[in-house]
Amino acid sequence: MHQFALEVFAIGAVEFRKLMRDPTELISRAIQPVLWLAVFGQVLSHARGIETGRAGYLAFMTPGILAQSVLFSAIFYGIAVIWERDLGIVHKLLVSPASRTALVIGKAVSADFRGVAQAILVYIIALVLRVPIRWEIGAIVGVLCIVALGSAIFSTFSLAMACIVKTRERFMGIGQVLTMPLFFASNAIYPLSLMPEWLRRVAKLNPLTYLVDALRGLMVQGEQSVYGLAVDCAVLAVVFAALVLVTVRIYPRLAQ
Amino acid sequence: MANPYAIDTRRLTRRFDDIVAVDGVELRVASGAIFGLLGGNGAGKTTMVKMLTTLLAPTSGSATVAGFDIVSAPHEVRRRIGYVPQMLSADGALTGYENLLLSARLYAVPRAELATRIADALGFMGLNEARNRLVKTYSGGMVRRLELAQSMLHRPAVLFLDEPTIGLDPVARHLVWQRLRDLNARFGMTILLTTHDMEEADHLCGDLAILHAGKLAAHGSPTTLKAALSSRATLDDVFAHYSGTMDQSGRLRDTDQTRRAAQRLE
Repeated sequence: MHQFALEVFAIGAVEFRKLMRDPTELISRAIQPVLWLAVFGQVLSHARGIETGRAGYLAFMTPGILAQSVLFSAIFYGIAVIWERDLGIVHKLLVSPASRTALVIGKAVSADFRGVAQAILVYIIALVLRVPIRWEIGAIVGVLCIVALGSAIFSTFSLAMACIVKTRERFMGIGQVLTMPLFFASNAIYPLSLMPEWLRRVAKLNPLTYLVDALRGLMVQGEQSVYGLAVDCAVLAVVFAALVLVTVRIYPRLAQ
Repeated sequence: MANPYAIDTRRLTRRFDDIVAVDGVELRVASGAIFGLLGGNGAGKTTMVKMLTTLLAPTSGSATVAGFDIVSAPHEVRRRIGYVPQMLSADGALTGYENLLLSARLYAVPRAELATRIADALGFMGLNEARNRLVKTYSGGMVRRLELAQSMLHRPAVLFLDEPTIGLDPVARHLVWQRLRDLNARFGMTILLTTHDMEEADHLCGDLAILHAGKLAAHGSPTTLKAALSSRATLDDVFAHYSGTMDQSGRLRDTDQTRRAAQRLE
């Protein structure tokens, strides 16, 4: 067990060092949430066409945009893994006696650093735009934990896709095809109550919906979680566990 | 551990759909040998190494590496082997030291010995001064030596290398050969390498096997193989005799990979 934790830590530490050394990616990833909140959100908050909580549309969509940034920065994680495959790094990892579950979870932890950076960024944007944030330690820690879980889910999903498609070209295609539907078939920028029945059913199967729901309850004043934090966390935890189980089985395919 | 061979394969076979990449190979590598696996592109060398390093399961047949079965005890095999892939696979965004630290942790090198093993490996491979530099600033030969350093940390019984000196300049190549011989002498490490390079095979390997179309075409020391052909034969002649002209049977993917490996060094 101790060795398992050390292996997860070793993989995560590598990513952390790289991000600290070259934070360009974190900076370029900041542009999208700024645009969504400062442009799209500012305009839409005057439209008053969307029924949201007391705090207004911008407060409603802020957790949604955080969840979106988490999704977008994690979903292309598989590209990096395909790159590692082409260089033989994956082969080296798989020839080592390290637990394959530890390797997969280590990759998920690596993605968490990006997710947490996105969360800090969205908090800063929210502060500038005067979104009514819950500035309580418990709530903020909760948000960071949920963000970490969300990053872990989408990066592991991405890793699983990489194991199946194996080439960068195919992966880019699939990544593009998946991210937008995941985003629009969720409660990120509009409530489920506005959706037609078929879309609502799809959205209820989408893990992003539960991620947004949990963040909405924890992040802004005057909004609450629809399903309850416990349900959201349980759904996310089960999805992550299932993804890890599947990915551990197909990860060795990358080296074949 | 009654098996005196570091590697022992019995009718080892691997099919990909209707292609038989490795076809009933019986290969025995003595403990402590430096063994060269030769063959043109697509001859089955890479598939052999993937099976022996537990990356790929055989379709039929069996093999033991360091005394353990690759199918029923892959974890035991992994604890006892090292692997250096063809591509320069050390992480360029990390320093040499950080690359070694990652390997040491994944190979469960005891914490008490971690610092000494890493320092020893750096010294052994002549990388002490470059330890805190990012690997992307290393030359190709330095990266290769770093990878050898990574693979010696846990003192493997058997070390696998896929085309270890491809794309390196002559000086760097000789240095890598020297270090491989040192590893073999100092730790009694069995070394199996695949190569296209007859000079490398002649220089380094006490024993050779030539694969052709997935089958074992010849097996013996460089001297016996040459003598069996004619008194003036070179290893190039031996290779051509057993495997036809080089590259003829190669698949595009292999050549492409080789080219990319070479390009990365420039």
